[in-house]
Amino acid sequence: MSRVLSIFFALLIVALIGVGAVHKSSTAPASSPEGAVQSMFDDVKAHDWKAAYSYVAPSSNVDLVNFQRDLAGRNSSLRTYSQLEGVSTRVLHENDGEALVRTELKYSTAVGASFDTRDLKVVKEAGAWKVVWKGEKDVNVPPQVIPVNYLRWDVIYRGPGDDWGAQNAENPRLRILSMNPTEHDGGIIIMGEIENEDTVPAFVSVGATLVDKNGRDAAEETSFDKTSHVLLPKEISPYRIDFPGMKLANMKSVRMKPDSMLVPAAADPVIGVLHQRIEKDARGRTVLKGELLNESGQIVNIPHVLATFYDASGRVIWVSDGYVDHALMPQEPQPFAVDLRDELASSVHSYRVTVNQYSLNRSE
Amino acid sequence: MRPLRFAVLAVTLGWLLTSSAQEVRPPQYAVAGHPTTIGTSGEGEGTLYLVGPGQVIKRHVRLGSDVAIAANELGSAGRWIAILRAGGRSPSQVFFVQSGTPESLSFLARPSRVPVARPSVISGIAVVFDKFQNLVLQPTPVKFSLSVEGTEISQTVTSRNGLAWVNSSSARKAGAAQFVARAGDTSVRRVVQQVASDPCNLRIHMAQRNPVGVAFETDPVRDCTGNPVPDGTIVTFTQSDSRGRSTVDARLKKGIARAILPASDKAIITVACGVVLGNELHLGGAR
Repeated sequence: MSRVLSIFFALLIVALIGVGAVHKSSTAPASSPEGAVQSMFDDVKAHDWKAAYSYVAPSSNVDLVNFQRDLAGRNSSLRTYSQLEGVSTRVLHENDGEALVRTELKYSTAVGASFDTRDLKVVKEAGAWKVVWKGEKDVNVPPQVIPVNYLRWDVIYRGPGDDWGAQNAENPRLRILSMNPTEHDGGIIIMGEIENEDTVPAFVSVGATLVDKNGRDAAEETSFDKTSHVLLPKEISPYRIDFPGMKLANMKSVRMKPDSMLVPAAADPVIGVLHQRIEKDARGRTVLKGELLNESGQIVNIPHVLATFYDASGRVIWVSDGYVDHALMPQEPQPFAVDLRDELASSVHSYRVTVNQYSLNRSE
Repeated sequence: MRPLRFAVLAVTLGWLLTSSAQEVRPPQYAVAGHPTTIGTSGEGEGTLYLVGPGQVIKRHVRLGSDVAIAANELGSAGRWIAILRAGGRSPSQVFFVQSGTPESLSFLARPSRVPVARPSVISGIAVVFDKFQNLVLQPTPVKFSLSVEGTEISQTVTSRNGLAWVNSSSARKAGAAQFVARAGDTSVRRVVQQVASDPCNLRIHMAQRNPVGVAFETDPVRDCTGNPVPDGTIVTFTQSDSRGRSTVDARLKKGIARAILPASDKAIITVACGVVLGNELHLGGAR
């Protein structure tokens, strides 16, 4: 009896493992345009690229490898470190033979949620709805030599053998150019700009402490990724520090704490920000759009865009940021968009965009 | 009975006389690193202890003779106690040892990097020590000199309680300034990097034009005293045209920053370095 039981449980375990390992994938023909899009992205979520590809219309002229790279990312971009989390679809128009489906994709990434909105054309082919997938063209940079002879700074720090009076290399001087506290979404936001006034690169962090009416420290936060942490000489970066759940009326003052550290750094790559303009996106939200141009010869894997918005008096009224989920290939423009609060759009008089970059093949 | 009483009295008196003769006589003036002698009186043998700051010297001595202390033995300046242990008694005397002649300096110069032409921005503090690292409390002249690219400013300050300090303005010329403190034959050198200040009179011009883009570059970027602003400094070029705004954070290279901006029929190009604005160019329109 016990032998029968053990065989039974062994089989049960194998069956359960099998059930757990086999994910739900569907390749059944879609009966509606929205269904085709949903089924395709369900398979993408499950990393069943072949099943997802079965919903792609042959007229798309895209092969499985490129389709997979479009959705899973390439060149160690942010997309390669992300997971499709949610898909919402809406049919914009539809007739017997084709339809346009607005698809909002939500990816979870290491740096927060990333959104992608696509208007997908869906066509009826052989009785089934298929998605016309516009494949991203692989950028082929023509063979060339791009001379990069920018400066880099190395630092020799004070060592244990040095005379006690010998001074260490001084930390860079910073200057907070502006600071503007405001309330938004039930919290306090402190934003402004900081400059590396020095002639050496600085690793910068900006912290702030809210002091309540009794003179006690109520909260302490830093700008985390809402600033550029490595500032080259005379570089200006915005910063934004969020204090959720706090009210300005309960505060007496703010204590700012800019910190700097001398770090080795390189002056490249140079990333140009071209054709910046404020527009409405497909969902009707106000965004600052533009293109990033990597002027160096190396791939920039994860670009991070920081936008500073000013009112007519030059005051910083909003700081917004966004990660671009595509890598920046040398000399190839890459579009970007960062949010701007709709209610502020009319107050924005000017803006400035700076770009952080994270590159895998860079040593510093 | 009477002679016995007299004998006891004589012995006691003799003992008292002998014992009261045990004395230690430290020097009136002792200097660390210099030989000195400690006088003793009495008869017989004893042990001399010299207890000073962080140092103890022990000697077997013949009472009545002077004890020589060698130059390298008396190292610590400050308050010493000489104790003579002999015949069950321990007479003692306090004496002071002064620090020797200045033999070493500790020199703190701040900051290590400073913009040119700033008043009273460099400070130097020298701490004067003798060869045994005793703080030299006697007033000592310390000469501070700050030289860069052939120009030198110097100032002599007399130390007080072992410290001498000076405040100096940075020079108008950029470079590695040699900041030297000198006391007697000893000197210590520090380097204060004097760097260019904010750019002055920042100007751009169009360098090259092709269908893809227009290259703009700055004139050599210098500060208000004519020093070249260091390479690697960020210079922001901004172009505003009908397609929006384009910016390039260019780096100074060999004193010049260069950026390629998109080709445009009509555009305004501005330049800035930190908080300093440069000139404005109008392309394709009235200047």
